[in-house]
Amino acid sequence: MIPVLFFVSVIIFVLINLIPGDAARLFLGEEAPPDAVAALRHELGLDQPVYVQYLRWVGGMLHGDFGYSFKDHRPVLATVLEKIPVTGELTVASLLVAWAIAIPAGALAAWRQRTVTDYGASAAALVGLSIPNFWLGIMLIYLFAVHLRWLPASGWTSLTHDPVRNVRALAMPASVLGLVLAAVVMRQLRSSMVEVLSADFVRTAKAKGLAGGVVVIRHALRNAVIPVITVMGIQMGTLLGGAVITETIFAVPGLGQLAVNSIYGRDYPMLEGVVLFSALAILVINLAVDIVYSLIDPRIKLAGGRS
Amino acid sequence: MTVAVDALRDAGRGRTAPRGLGRLVRRLARNRLAAAGLVVLIVVVGLAILAPWVAPFSPIKTDFTAYLQPPGARHLLGTDELGRDVLSRVIFGTRASLEAGVVSVGLAIAVGLPLGLAAGYYSGRLGDVLMRLTDAMLAFPPLVLALAVAAVLGPGLGHAVIAIAVVLAPVFMRLARAAVLEQREREYVEAVRAIGARDRRIIWRHLLPNSLAPIVVQGSLNIAGAIITEATLSFLGLGTQPPTPSWGSMLNAAQQYLTQAPWLAFWPGIAIAVTVFALNVAGDGLREIWDPRTR
Repeated sequence: MIPVLFFVSVIIFVLINLIPGDAARLFLGEEAPPDAVAALRHELGLDQPVYVQYLRWVGGMLHGDFGYSFKDHRPVLATVLEKIPVTGELTVASLLVAWAIAIPAGALAAWRQRTVTDYGASAAALVGLSIPNFWLGIMLIYLFAVHLRWLPASGWTSLTHDPVRNVRALAMPASVLGLVLAAVVMRQLRSSMVEVLSADFVRTAKAKGLAGGVVVIRHALRNAVIPVITVMGIQMGTLLGGAVITETIFAVPGLGQLAVNSIYGRDYPMLEGVVLFSALAILVINLAVDIVYSLIDPRIKLAGGRS
Repeated sequence: MTVAVDALRDAGRGRTAPRGLGRLVRRLARNRLAAAGLVVLIVVVGLAILAPWVAPFSPIKTDFTAYLQPPGARHLLGTDELGRDVLSRVIFGTRASLEAGVVSVGLAIAVGLPLGLAAGYYSGRLGDVLMRLTDAMLAFPPLVLALAVAAVLGPGLGHAVIAIAVVLAPVFMRLARAAVLEQREREYVEAVRAIGARDRRIIWRHLLPNSLAPIVVQGSLNIAGAIITEATLSFLGLGTQPPTPSWGSMLNAAQQYLTQAPWLAFWPGIAIAVTVFALNVAGDGLREIWDPRTR
């Protein structure tokens, strides 16, 4: 994980340094006097060699200094930390939506393989994979906010402030993210379930005379879920990427909206912080998945093999 | 001697690569869903090429006497806020989407494939460093990385294409590396090496053709993903720039007229979904044919 983190930081550093223009100038604005810009350049270390700049940047982050926003001049870390709970709640809600749909659908499709149920579920998943989530979002807004007037089109109320309004605000964005993810999870679960269902131990369980449903749920599903959990890291990437666009459409004040706003406002330190945190989140979740994985499946031992 | 080598090479190739285009087409035709996807794709590509002749109106000419008209006889899919014909804009929009999908995946393969082959064949220090680098790139949420690259480069279709390629290249690098690692110790490679072939020849003439199947499958599925990503970037204003029609930017504009003119938001999305669905289905079909694991 450490070498990956090193490369992650290098990639972001290179990206930010590719931005045309001078960070000090961008921070102070167009009409700032040249000597003020020069002073800030010195203070930010922009007159130092590139490797010194990189080391200073990394060193600062290790001390919790992620730089300051070009726009409101607040510390990046404070703003990012404010947004994490919102995106976190949206992510968890979407995961729940996705699993609630995908686990029964995937298991059923594999159990009733090559039947109308299977083809129907698989086709629905393919459709889900093909629909851009921002379009799904717009369509849901039209249906539930404009046409039926059941839900607010956009906006956000925090869970602690008013749980009911929070759920109403969360319903559409979580469904958009959850539905697209459900398609991915369902396909994975179906294929791993098909494999498990043809395994010897499943045949043994059936031969013992256990009912079909018991075999599917108690024996097959438990084993088939493992590969689905391992790709959680990839799903998190999909979710966080999807959060960018759904949060923008539904005006949810999370990390995704922050990323888009900082791009529009050319607030590069903020963008840097969001990108870094999203990569960090995925790495941490991957690590957590590895640990959970070894708890679920005793055959797997955590060794130094995977970095 | 040459005959023996040719036979060896053919034996090596025949394992995963298709023997002929005819056989491939026949097997695709048997998978009805994949065949249907292929037909839809041919239609979409045809529309993109023939757009100026197929589209009933100019996609960029504004007509303020006919703005926000609902679908009707003159404008089959209605008109947008500047009086432009939606059908014509959807038809011309295929160009930006297909261009983005094909070029970005092509670029990603052009960069990722050689690096992956090298990382697999010379799996020493160099291979390790390259793999850690791809690990790091894959640690970013794909859309977030694409957004960051597009933001740094500035708006525009070309820049969006580069951003998508940057995100996809490590995927192909890993695939190529995995394929080479699997092939490298095979007997036919040893045989070719024994007759004195150089590394470069082994990689390009033997390892590459035998590693191509998973890359082509992944490529066709990634074109679908790239089209969605381009639409997303255009939706956020970072991709195709007005007045050039693209499905993503049409949806962005349509958002403001959702109450007055919901049809504006409907058709570009349908166009994306149909194209991407066709690509997904065709890609799945290719995988079933070429991937020995699913047989």
